[in-house]
Amino acid sequence: MNSLLESSANKLRHFELDRRTFLRLFGGGVLVCMTESSAFAQESGRGFGGHELPKEISAWIHVGADDKVTVFTGKVECGQNIRTSLAQQVAEELRAPFDCITMVMGDTDLVPWDAGTFGSMSTPQMGPRLRTMAAAARQSLVQIAAKRTGCDPTSLKVGNGRISSPDGKQSFSYGQLSHGEKLVTTVSGAIALMPATDWKVAGTALPKVNGRDFVTGKHQYPSDISLPGMMFGKIVRAPGYNAALESVDTSDAEKIPGVKIVRDGDFIGVAAPDAWTAEQAAGKIQAKWNVAPGQPSNRILFEWLKTTSTPPRAESAAATSTQSPESGATLERRYTVQYIAHAPLEPRAAVAQWENGKLTVWTGTQRPFGVKDELVSAFHLAPDQVRVIQPDMGSGYGGKHSGEAAIEAARLAKTAGKPVRLVWTREEEFTWAYLRPAALMELKAGIGPDGTLLSWEHHTYNAGNPGIATPYRVSSPLTPASSSKSPLPQGSYRGLASTANHFARESFMDELAHEARMDPLAFRRKNLSNERLLAVLNAAAERFNWGAAHSTPARGFGIACGTDKGDYVATCAEVAIDPATKKVRVVRVVQAWESGAIVNPDGLRNQTMGAIVQGLGGALFEAIRFGNGKLENPHFASYRLPRFADAPKIELVLLDRKELPSAGAGEIGIVGVAPAIGNAIFAATGVRVRNMPMAPDQAVPGIEPSMLHA
Amino acid sequence: MATRTLSINGRAVRVDAPDDETLLSVLRNRLNLTGTKYGCGEGECGACTILLDGKSVRSCQTIVSEAAGAKITTIEGLEQNGRLSAVQQAFLDEGAFQCGYCTSGMIMQATDLLQRQPQPTEAQIVTGMNGNLCRCGTYPRIVAAVQRAAHSVQKAGVR
Repeated sequence: MNSLLESSANKLRHFELDRRTFLRLFGGGVLVCMTESSAFAQESGRGFGGHELPKEISAWIHVGADDKVTVFTGKVECGQNIRTSLAQQVAEELRAPFDCITMVMGDTDLVPWDAGTFGSMSTPQMGPRLRTMAAAARQSLVQIAAKRTGCDPTSLKVGNGRISSPDGKQSFSYGQLSHGEKLVTTVSGAIALMPATDWKVAGTALPKVNGRDFVTGKHQYPSDISLPGMMFGKIVRAPGYNAALESVDTSDAEKIPGVKIVRDGDFIGVAAPDAWTAEQAAGKIQAKWNVAPGQPSNRILFEWLKTTSTPPRAESAAATSTQSPESGATLERRYTVQYIAHAPLEPRAAVAQWENGKLTVWTGTQRPFGVKDELVSAFHLAPDQVRVIQPDMGSGYGGKHSGEAAIEAARLAKTAGKPVRLVWTREEEFTWAYLRPAALMELKAGIGPDGTLLSWEHHTYNAGNPGIATPYRVSSPLTPASSSKSPLPQGSYRGLASTANHFARESFMDELAHEARMDPLAFRRKNLSNERLLAVLNAAAERFNWGAAHSTPARGFGIACGTDKGDYVATCAEVAIDPATKKVRVVRVVQAWESGAIVNPDGLRNQTMGAIVQGLGGALFEAIRFGNGKLENPHFASYRLPRFADAPKIELVLLDRKELPSAGAGEIGIVGVAPAIGNAIFAATGVRVRNMPMAPDQAVPGIEPSMLHA
Repeated sequence: MATRTLSINGRAVRVDAPDDETLLSVLRNRLNLTGTKYGCGEGECGACTILLDGKSVRSCQTIVSEAAGAKITTIEGLEQNGRLSAVQQAFLDEGAFQCGYCTSGMIMQATDLLQRQPQPTEAQIVTGMNGNLCRCGTYPRIVAAVQRAAHSVQKAGVR
């Protein structure tokens, strides 16, 4: 399942850095290489479906003669602030000023191979990797300084990008030490890293690197890249999924001066000297398509997911429903989640250039090396003939793993003989990228008369298993996940299936609490022994003042909690419901969060707040409506996204556990939102809504209307 | 194709474009003023917001022939002599962005809002900004940034 959801991060290719090229590009200085420690090898093996990462260290730090430090990583910046937080960690270990550091990210010719930016792996994996490299670089510089000063290396003072003799009489900047050395050092073995309790640069709320470029319009996103002589592309699309091209007439378009038409199998595209002409030309192409009939719709979605599913493993299925509490209650419930769209505000875009047999593509992607592989494969090229450059992009949320626009732009550029920029329309981004999987979840549990969980089953169809394991204390829980034949293109999304699985589990826990006639918080506490989860649960409840006021028909309070990817979150929501119109509004959300040592509290607050607002959309009103191979609402006018007026008051409680390793924090802040809102709706109205979205503006066929709307 | 002169950020700019090409397309694709963003092409997201004679408009819903003769201000035109506008500075100070793709449009919309309502209430900010989407969900920070800009302008007593 992960292979599907994390996209195909399985074509591992070790990028070989040409050392001479490197030195030519970056001049003299210290180049530190390091052999992979076994700890890294083990750690990085996780989350890659068992594939091993390259054995050689895949991170480099360059200390220039001008004291500037360049850091190379395959991770990309898409708004999650990793450019800043990784630089902070390098500055910390290198003991160099933060502003001397430049991060080179996501350029496949310059950075080491990387699977991509997903799965909350940048902070827990790339963070320690770069910290280790920075510490190794610092040690190398200390060795040079020891030689130069004749002092014992352990006696030297290191700080603020300088190394000084004990008496302070000799002092060199890092650049003065590295100047002209062209030294390649290989360091092996464990290197002690600065404990988070001693952090001075990491752990602080430094603002976004280059923030000024974002308020002046100077920052160049992938769709902003411009090259001399560049043409503009446009693709002629099929009217639906699973369509075959029957005929095409390009004669009218061919009459437009300067237009190049590319026809290759079912691919039809144009390149023109300007964007307007490209659009006109594409509009004049007469293409007839046959869309496969009988494609499913929302109406039969969950039945479809169940009937097309690959059954769970036998050992999971066999043991079901044998446990029944002697007294107490057994509950069975079914929850559903609709397909939703990532809707990154910058749609897919690429600028492709063929020059001297080499293809260079600037594009927005979370997987520059994955897109490089796609291009290598698509155009039958050698790996060194393809370069992918990822300028910091207009977000992704898991939605930009694939390289469709890159391949299309490259295909047009190849025929046009000039660079081509292709920017997808909003409708194309909705339709021809991929969606967050729909999900069906069947849960069954038994509780004793005192509210103790006695048995637990949670079966998820289609969405996957992230977040499916229950954190609650219960013997032999069964949590299988089945794959289904998805009727729509689907893939990764912030939190993956964790949102669906938490919606089901935390809604169900609320139902069980109600059954046991217990307060939802007390019921959770009774069945929880995970201390980290309890800590955020208690912190959220305390800040929310849980229990101080009782829910009324017009105002409801709900709580939910969860854990995934090393993150711990608890969410309390207050909803207001207009008794006459049944309009739901989330007025207040309190979220407590713990993800180990905090690298940048401002960035973390921003991510957590953003996750709450984004989560609110899927919770209440986002849904893709579809049928007959077409999306019915691939526009912002018909696909509602959270807006200013939807944003609740948000209060965040961050628990900083400096003794624990930092986990990635961009995703899991989303998982508690929907169940907390659903539980609040139930507390107010007595209506249990078991489908996401819970209060859509427009009816979604196939789900029971809740009479609520947002 | 027609050659026309547009007034953009205080400068006269000559450009060849058909009458019915959108101003957004002309700015981005012909004049390389890429600070103005495409988000939906339907006037629903506000990423393409610019000022036309000081009033915010969706440049994806404005054709270039309509903009001729008007004073066009884009995000590139707010900074004066290396000094950010109050709204730009406030967005920077509040960290009111994640990916930043909506930021140009947000700043242009907020600039217009504060010209019409120099001291807006929170509700007025929400109403005035509601046509602009931030998919990263930074709305609370953007509201704070608009409030901060209003305060700084009041304090400085200018603009």
